[in-house]
Amino acid sequence: MLDRLIGFLSSGENLVFFVFSLVAICGAIFMISLTRVVHMVMALALTFLSLGGIYITLGAEFVGWVQVLIYAGAITILMIFGIMMTRHRGEAETEPQRPWHNGLLLVGAIVLFGILFYVIQNATITPQSAPVDPKDNTLQIGQLLFNQYVIPFEIMSVLLTVAFIGAIVVAKREED
Amino acid sequence: MSITPYLTLAAILFCIGLYGALSKKNAIIVLLSIELMLNAVNLNLIAFAKYGPKPGLAGQIFSLFNITVAAAEVAVGIAILINLYRNRGTTDVTDMDTMKR
Repeated sequence: MLDRLIGFLSSGENLVFFVFSLVAICGAIFMISLTRVVHMVMALALTFLSLGGIYITLGAEFVGWVQVLIYAGAITILMIFGIMMTRHRGEAETEPQRPWHNGLLLVGAIVLFGILFYVIQNATITPQSAPVDPKDNTLQIGQLLFNQYVIPFEIMSVLLTVAFIGAIVVAKREED
Repeated sequence: MSITPYLTLAAILFCIGLYGALSKKNAIIVLLSIELMLNAVNLNLIAFAKYGPKPGLAGQIFSLFNITVAAAEVAVGIAILINLYRNRGTTDVTDMDTMKR
């Protein structure tokens, strides 16, 4: 067991994956267990950052940096603004008044994880060709995005525009 | 390195996000947990793009679209929360039951 662990950790990619996944899981657990809202957001920012690191080790450099910019940058800041706009008076979340609900939920989540883990362990996924070369990753994504996926790309830009205009309209103070 | 550790990590993150989304009472934390679940899906997509049956860049492009949709979703969600706080004075999801009465 220990030999296998040491053998697993002796490879560079495995070591990086181990460290990043440990940080990601710790951030998620802290997000669940901390009591102050701002601390929860910071813990989840740590998870987002380490997931960006995992993407980069998977050869997806562009998506990794987009993850750092959008999630660890923009969405975290947006959440903090949301917290600031909706003042939390008591701040510390009160103890859960519904132990049955939370207990059943914990059991359900663990059962779901068990099913997923069983399926993942039993699946045999064999690549039919070698992994793509991560060199010029950004160039290849750009070419695909403006050739093969140009219509989804444009629809996505329309969706973003509509969503942000809608957000401004919803959040605007009604003057009357 | 095979695909299994990545899928397992994504399953762990998804289950933690599911638990947080259904058990937390603060609506902002519920939104954050949904983001965590979306991130687990992105990790699956990128892992399959490298180690899946047909390696390619399609998984990475799908995850980019996914990140865009997540950004739009969180912007609209925060706007609704701010407006709801202005009208009702609460961010507790158990108090948001006007349509249930």
